[in-house]
Amino acid sequence: METTSTLEKTLRLIALTLVVVFFMFPIFWIFLMSFQTNETILAIPPSVIFTPTLSNYAALITGKLTTAAGTLDIAFMRNLMNSIFLSVTSVAIALVLGVPAAYAFARHKFKGSEDIAFTLLSFRFAPPLLVLLPLTQYFQWLGLSDTYFGLIWVYQLICLPLILWIVRGYFEDISADVEYAYRIAGHSWFATFRKIALPLAGPGIAAAGLLAFIFAWNNFVFALVLASADKQPVTVGALAFVTSSGIQYGQIASAIVLSVTPTLALALYAQRYLVEGLSLGAVKG
Amino acid sequence: MASTATLRKPVSGFRISRKMLPYVLSLPALLVCIGILIPFITAVIYSFQRYRLSQPWARQFNWGENYLNFFTDPAFWNTLKVSLLYAGITVTLELLLGLGIALLLQRRSTVNNFISIMLLLPLMIAPALAALMWKLMTNPSFGILSYLASLIGLHDFRWASSPSTALLTVVLVDIWVYTPFIMILLLAGLRSLPTQPFEAAALDGVPRTFVFFRITLPMLTPYILTATLFRLLDSIQQFDIIYAMTQGGPGNTLTVFQVEAYLNFFQSTNVGRSAALMVILWAITYFLSNIFIKNWLRLRERARGEA
Repeated sequence: METTSTLEKTLRLIALTLVVVFFMFPIFWIFLMSFQTNETILAIPPSVIFTPTLSNYAALITGKLTTAAGTLDIAFMRNLMNSIFLSVTSVAIALVLGVPAAYAFARHKFKGSEDIAFTLLSFRFAPPLLVLLPLTQYFQWLGLSDTYFGLIWVYQLICLPLILWIVRGYFEDISADVEYAYRIAGHSWFATFRKIALPLAGPGIAAAGLLAFIFAWNNFVFALVLASADKQPVTVGALAFVTSSGIQYGQIASAIVLSVTPTLALALYAQRYLVEGLSLGAVKG
Repeated sequence: MASTATLRKPVSGFRISRKMLPYVLSLPALLVCIGILIPFITAVIYSFQRYRLSQPWARQFNWGENYLNFFTDPAFWNTLKVSLLYAGITVTLELLLGLGIALLLQRRSTVNNFISIMLLLPLMIAPALAALMWKLMTNPSFGILSYLASLIGLHDFRWASSPSTALLTVVLVDIWVYTPFIMILLLAGLRSLPTQPFEAAALDGVPRTFVFFRITLPMLTPYILTATLFRLLDSIQQFDIIYAMTQGGPGNTLTVFQVEAYLNFFQSTNVGRSAALMVILWAITYFLSNIFIKNWLRLRERARGEA
């Protein structure tokens, strides 16, 4: 590696520049577009020089869009609130259910434990529509079709396997001897779990929770099939918004920016854990 | 261990026997997911029925007819072809690109680390929203990509709305979103490789292509396999990008398995056919996921061993 020629350095630089441009440009461009009016968006040739406006964001936040044809109601803020509520609740429930299970799988090799763990993992890889389509009918019979409860339940299919497998790895990394020592001192397993295992696996649990949040937030197909209009998260809402508002390109761009900001911010915050989380614990970052 | 633990009375009021404890801990998580098995069985039953939402009275078991009909159904062969083509193209290109970028960023430096973090961003954007971003950029009247295409002489390049370029466009979005996935897995793999073989090769003055094909690539193979299978499993099921971008169109150009099943269920209300499609897709993914899990476990054990 030491004997790198100038030519090779230049080629590397060009390649890296192209890579960065390809992956960063769309984000940059949509971000710019969100501060533009339709007039500057439609201008040819496209230009990065324009007077930025906050009118797109204002229209989304107030929910009122004034056009030449009259005022249009936008429910986008509602979608944003739904996304926050659905993701936070789903992750909270998945943590409450998943962390103890992960502990059980890490510490106790009980009968059928691997089979159960793999069954849970296999949910991650099955085609979602296989269960979603019959589920629409079950939801109607059970009266769940217009509820957050039903959605949060199916969101467990995204959050639980992720949390289970990542957190399990963190528990396995903790030496069991520490726990035995604490138990021999006369503490119950629950005290051991709470005072020793949980704090030691804390960072891993937090990272798994953040990742589960990102995946829940980014989910599209579950809510598309099961959520009624007033329960839809941003992923489905943005698509509906494109269809309904048609030509309000600036607002579409700012809706996208608002929708992706939370996950991008969390990803940057938790980037140290992303490799491990995305590979379900197979690769360490 | 149990006998020593009972020397002093535990603090908690009730005791769960040590043998039962793991079951008690994992049961709630399992119960929540088990509810999903019922619709799964329902889907399998539907796939053996003649079942249209528009003709509920005519619902009856027709056993393998839904599956047998596929053999003579050009729409099915189109679905199979498009799905395999989509998965094949995206995974191959993402693997090559991801490996290339990982090699470029292999050396740990501030700039490289910064770039590798930045490249994660597309992966963190919801695929459905990513598709909308690219839809705005490929809009015929103001899209920057349409403008760039016209600069190189491709006037009226229609991107996703033309049957001849629709696949190319959704593949491009898929590459944009998922290449970073392969890249970070391979980058983590590359950086975890032992340094001795490379030092030895450098000492002996072994040519770099030889080092790459005979040392780097073989040692990286478990990572490549896991990343590829992981992506293949997701890619053959792709729905979000294609549905958000084109709804499977124009015509039936992009009716991959899940899109076709969705349209069958909600538009032509043919529940039986839709369920049969999903069962076939499930069989494919089940087969792939078994290979995947074997590789993944091996890699996971290695990662745990190094910890």
